[in-house]
Amino acid sequence: MYLNEAPELSVNNLVVRYGDGCSDCQESLEKNRCKVCGTVWAVNGISFDVYPGEVLGIVGESGSGKTTLMRSLYFDFIPTSGNAALRGYKGGQANIWEASAAEQRMIKNVIMGMVYQNPVLGLRMDYSAASNIAEKIIAAGSRDAGQMTGRAKELLEAVEIPTSRMVEPPKNFSGGMQQRVQISKALANNPALLLLDEVTTGLDLSVQAKVLDLIRKIKARYGISILLVSHDLAVIRMLADRTIVMLDGKIVESGLTDQILEDPQHAFTQQLVHSLI
Amino acid sequence: MEILSISNLSKNFYLHNPGLEIKSCQNINLALEKGEFIGIVGLSGSGKSTILKCINRSYLPMQGEIIYDSEAFGKINLSTATEREILYLRCHEIGYVSQFLNVMPRTTAKEHVMNALVDIGIDAKAAEIDANEMLVYFRLPETLWGIYPATFSGGERLRLNLAHAMVKKPRLLMLDEPTASLDNKTKLLVRDMLVKLKDTNTSMIGIFHDIEFMDGVCDRVFNLSEGRFVS
Repeated sequence: MYLNEAPELSVNNLVVRYGDGCSDCQESLEKNRCKVCGTVWAVNGISFDVYPGEVLGIVGESGSGKTTLMRSLYFDFIPTSGNAALRGYKGGQANIWEASAAEQRMIKNVIMGMVYQNPVLGLRMDYSAASNIAEKIIAAGSRDAGQMTGRAKELLEAVEIPTSRMVEPPKNFSGGMQQRVQISKALANNPALLLLDEVTTGLDLSVQAKVLDLIRKIKARYGISILLVSHDLAVIRMLADRTIVMLDGKIVESGLTDQILEDPQHAFTQQLVHSLI
Repeated sequence: MEILSISNLSKNFYLHNPGLEIKSCQNINLALEKGEFIGIVGLSGSGKSTILKCINRSYLPMQGEIIYDSEAFGKINLSTATEREILYLRCHEIGYVSQFLNVMPRTTAKEHVMNALVDIGIDAKAAEIDANEMLVYFRLPETLWGIYPATFSGGERLRLNLAHAMVKKPRLLMLDEPTASLDNKTKLLVRDMLVKLKDTNTSMIGIFHDIEFMDGVCDRVFNLSEGRFVS
């Protein structure tokens, strides 16, 4: 009776490789790079589930494959192999990477929202903040301009962007404001799954607090599942229910967030946690 | 009726660097009756917190069983339960209170208590009513409700932590050194709170530094020395 829902997202054995690979690859890896052919195995056989309303944290050093994983899920990169199922796409019975181009657009615009570490990737810097949101709503099939303006206003208010600046392009905004416009754009179509890639990195502490509070509210209010990549363990501790630790394209440890931070098992996780200042 | 039954629980920590195994609690056996309050005392480093953290699964038990009689799942072994089962229990049945503050930035004392409920899907209005009730119950002065708790004294923090844990009405409550670093007057206040909590029939395990303080509050007291219970 409890806990019998299907996962919102289920990733199975994802591999993303840069290079052709060779027969010696898996035995000749130096970190994630093959010494024989030079192929980089950015994500090397990763599986995990994210449940409805859950925040799954992903930590790991730079180059461990976190962003590649996120961007593969958002169809920015084409995976080498593996499959991923979304509860909202064909009842979780189909691999999203085998979906048609039109279906992938629907998944990106309706089921998922993405916030990139670099706002340039997620926003059109020359369009107004409101148009950025409208673009996402149009992509999901709506044509009602009045409704779009209302929704843009509501979303920008939720992330504390003053209504008076709705018509300004994000290139005029500070980094923290751009990040918040990105978040409101990602939320435009009430996605079931939000992908957040280092959303607080590079923000000053007070803006970071705003963004953290916003994410917590989004989770509580809308019950959205969130995949949260961060190398800031304090952010992970605040927000993630469970956490996976990545190293050289693989998951070396996963568990409850407090257990990962207080009783890390893997040598790399111990080193990471002990590096906390 | 037992709500919690621990048998043969041991926990060591293996540190890869410098390649060392640290022993903590060893072969712990403990049964907690429904509505009972068990106190654990012992020196620093004797493994008291380790026992509580294993029950809470903040630590992974190395050996042994922790059988909890859950409302949702029936009897469940907390050392092998799935992560989602543990998360569910932490939301609805098991509370953990420490002397430390763990609050989201820019969150006031009252919001912190409300969020415990909002985060498990309870409507903000209803959460506010319950939060107010808890803050009054644990006698946190109303002037502090709208303040960020980072500025609170030890006693105020503890009362906030108790309110945050109790607002969800847990069936099992763990108290990790709630009186550490408090002055005697505040300790007496905490003691009052714990006596009140006992009246709500919450089952509790608490660890304490000072045995005198525990007199008459705990139903049974265990003494832990070098990871083992001694009489």
